[in-house]
Amino acid sequence: MSSNGSPTSGNGKRSLKLMIVDDSNIMRRRIERSQQFEELEVVGTAGDGEEALELFKRTDPDVVTMDLTMPRMDGIECIGRLVALKPAVRILVVSALADKATAVEAMERGANGFLNKPFTDRQLNEAIAEVMR
Amino acid sequence: MLYEQELKTFVEGTTNFFEVAAQQPASIGSPYLMEGPPAVHEYTGVINISGKREGVVYFTAPKAMLTVLLMKMQENDFSHETMRDLVGEVANTISGNARRDFGRDFVISVPSVLTNEKPEFTHKPGQRSFIIPINWRSHSAKLVVSLT
Repeated sequence: MSSNGSPTSGNGKRSLKLMIVDDSNIMRRRIERSQQFEELEVVGTAGDGEEALELFKRTDPDVVTMDLTMPRMDGIECIGRLVALKPAVRILVVSALADKATAVEAMERGANGFLNKPFTDRQLNEAIAEVMR
Repeated sequence: MLYEQELKTFVEGTTNFFEVAAQQPASIGSPYLMEGPPAVHEYTGVINISGKREGVVYFTAPKAMLTVLLMKMQENDFSHETMRDLVGEVANTISGNARRDFGRDFVISVPSVLTNEKPEFTHKPGQRSFIIPINWRSHSAKLVVSLT
């Protein structure tokens, strides 16, 4: 526990809560398994934007990884909804959509970074580090 | 009409997927025109394409290949559901990456997955279907691209 009462990780850094959103279970597990930040605690995963919105309200994450092509509510809409709820949230888009216009749109909606699939563990962790800066 | 030079986008996307996600390159054969009903393996991930171009892109692979692919991806769940998840994710990744060249108006659907079943799609005027053969670690799979 830090001096102000907030949870801390093993190295004394404040713990940050991570929510992972992707309609692929494999991708959700991959991101959870591959992220290497002691201070990041996975508080939940969601398979579409609607589920993500509900989970976000319950768990109040600090960092979110967000797929874009998902059923029910897509990632672009979800980003806008999450940022409206919590402007300080840090969102990393993790998507196969490789056109620049989509990346621009995601950033304009409030995303803080964009990582294309497929990615290596190193690329994932560099991208997460960048959005947490 | 799908032109042969546009197939390069899908060939490169497939190559990239196996190099990065599977950490082992695949051998991609020369695309050829599909004649007759589509040939499929046990699992098929289908992406419907709309917008500026219309059609489908699907990735079809045998269970044996998907099992090894999952192992290479550090997965230890080899259930039927996970196979379906993987084949859909492969199709989604390759199709989404194609937007780098085709642009934002190349609209991709969420994947639908078939098991031991052939995708049904109607051919629109000008639509051509190509098969891209994939060989990976002695396993064979196909990427089929059928676009106006």
